Amino acid sequence: MGTAVTTLIKDSPPDAPEKRPGRPVAVRRRGRRENLAGYLFMSPWIAGFLLLTAGPMAASLYFAFTDYNLFDSPKWIGFDNFTRMLDDPRWQKSVEVTAKYVVIGTPLKLLLALGVALLLAQSRRGQAFYRAAFYAPSLIGASVSIGFVWRALFSDDAAVDRTQSFLGFDVGGWVGNPDWVLYSLVALTVWQFGAPMVIFLAGLKQVPKELYEAAEVDGAGPFKRFWSITLPMISPVLFFNVLLETIHSFQIFGSAYVVSNATCGPADSTLVYTCYLYQKGFKEAQMGFASAMAWMLLLAVALVTVVLFWSQKRWVHYEEASR
Amino acid sequence: MSTTTPTTTGTATSTGTRTDSAPPRRAPALGRKSTGSLAWHLGALLVLAVVLYPVVWVIGASFKPSREIIGSLQLFPTSPILQNFKGLADGIADISIATFFQNSLFYALGSVVGILVSCSLTAYGFARIRFAGRNLMFSLMIGTLLLPYHVLLIPQYVMFQKMELINTYVPLLIGKFLATEAFFVFLMVQFMRNLPKELDEAARLDGCGHLRIYWSIVLPLCRPALITSAIFTFINAWNDFMGPLIYLNEPAKYTVSLGMMMFRDQEGVANYGGMIAMSLVALLPVLAFFLAFQRYLIDGMATSGLKG
Repeated sequence: MGTAVTTLIKDSPPDAPEKRPGRPVAVRRRGRRENLAGYLFMSPWIAGFLLLTAGPMAASLYFAFTDYNLFDSPKWIGFDNFTRMLDDPRWQKSVEVTAKYVVIGTPLKLLLALGVALLLAQSRRGQAFYRAAFYAPSLIGASVSIGFVWRALFSDDAAVDRTQSFLGFDVGGWVGNPDWVLYSLVALTVWQFGAPMVIFLAGLKQVPKELYEAAEVDGAGPFKRFWSITLPMISPVLFFNVLLETIHSFQIFGSAYVVSNATCGPADSTLVYTCYLYQKGFKEAQMGFASAMAWMLLLAVALVTVVLFWSQKRWVHYEEASR
Repeated sequence: MSTTTPTTTGTATSTGTRTDSAPPRRAPALGRKSTGSLAWHLGALLVLAVVLYPVVWVIGASFKPSREIIGSLQLFPTSPILQNFKGLADGIADISIATFFQNSLFYALGSVVGILVSCSLTAYGFARIRFAGRNLMFSLMIGTLLLPYHVLLIPQYVMFQKMELINTYVPLLIGKFLATEAFFVFLMVQFMRNLPKELDEAARLDGCGHLRIYWSIVLPLCRPALITSAIFTFINAWNDFMGPLIYLNEPAKYTVSLGMMMFRDQEGVANYGGMIAMSLVALLPVLAFFLAFQRYLIDGMATSGLKG
């Protein structure tokens, strides 16, 4: 599994294609037949890539530099969308809200995922049961149902509020309080720690137990063993989880929309980036502005990806040797 | 499977249901064994309580009268009522609840068919056929895995709007039939690469073409990967909110997710219990799939990492 991750991350293609020149005619003919078969099998993907990915990306880049309301034809306005965006207080707010959500939510979620994975890896009894139960929220967390439940649990006088008042600091329900509501969304993403946990667990299973035995003989305590063996050994899995979770949390939409009662409020306090993009594009029909926003999101995600890949050299260890 | 070269497919999926066999022994628990084990179970139970609380809560709340749902800390009502569920039979804004379920089911099953056909064909191309440009296409496919969907949102909407396909299921389904869900292609490629090459070489000598090999040899052997993909696809489509929100605008075509939002807008305050009951009913298919197939889901997840 660790290697599955490695493959994905290193982006290794299937084995290298044969070199063509100077082959007998029969082989070349077979090669051509293979090409044809290949393109036939790939045709749905090729059509999808051109029609639904590459084409739209180009169109979106073009729209980003236009004023476009979906009914009149797009008008070229250069960088206006981008300069307007940077001056727009609501856009700034959406960046701030999203950044806060990503920076607080993702590390908490991954820490919990790793912590619980380490706990579960300690024992085999009941492991399969707990693993399944902890994974369940990752499947239902994105649903509208759970959005409703969350809104209920975090509203005034409900379970969370009662517990909090009991502890002596009443905020009157998180969903109605602009200072707190974002943390209910953080709680919702952290609640779905099961998905990265399962990946961590699979990574932990790959760590050769001889390493721990050797370390123990050398007198390494549990903390030292974790730091010098577990962490380096699972670093590819950690990298994978950090990358995917970060990218995904940049794109949060549904839960913010549902938990905030379709307002992304109160007072824009849950105005995550995509929620603002949705409002601009689909409520105000500012397709050009929304496209420019989407490209800024893409740039941010690309930047994070590049930085993570670059940092990889320093902390991610890929095991070359087979065991 | 004792591997000599690093396996690209997680052994998890390929063995399907047996990830737990031959477990590596863990480092001994800290301190004395019994206290360690007690602490372990306490810790695990504590996490379990937090994780399950919202699910248990929604079950209990759906049997409570509306006004007791928020204020009461009691998980289950002392005198449970069925009013909330009975009320659902009236439908929402003159549309029967069954309509929303039918729509969601159509969307989810359509997605499953599309993904199974298109992604397995594509994966076979990547894994089993050498053709010019394959490596480039593979890199592009992996690239789309990390691409934020929102960059495509506006132009795709514009395109479907020009084609007058808004308020149909075409925009929601077409991508599934054109293998745009790179994760499932990736999952199947990993799986197919691990199937022994000798199988298709033998078939080839017998005169089988790629289509025969794909259909009669590779697909049957890929069952675990196909099942994993099918279940994830179903659940994702069932939960999907943004797609239907953008493309469907006539209540009779709404999926369950949109129907629930409409429910909330129209009678959410007055019929809070009904809304909670509806939430529970909408979760049931996903929970049922989870209980029936959790091994496939977790193993598939462990193999490559997927947001549920």
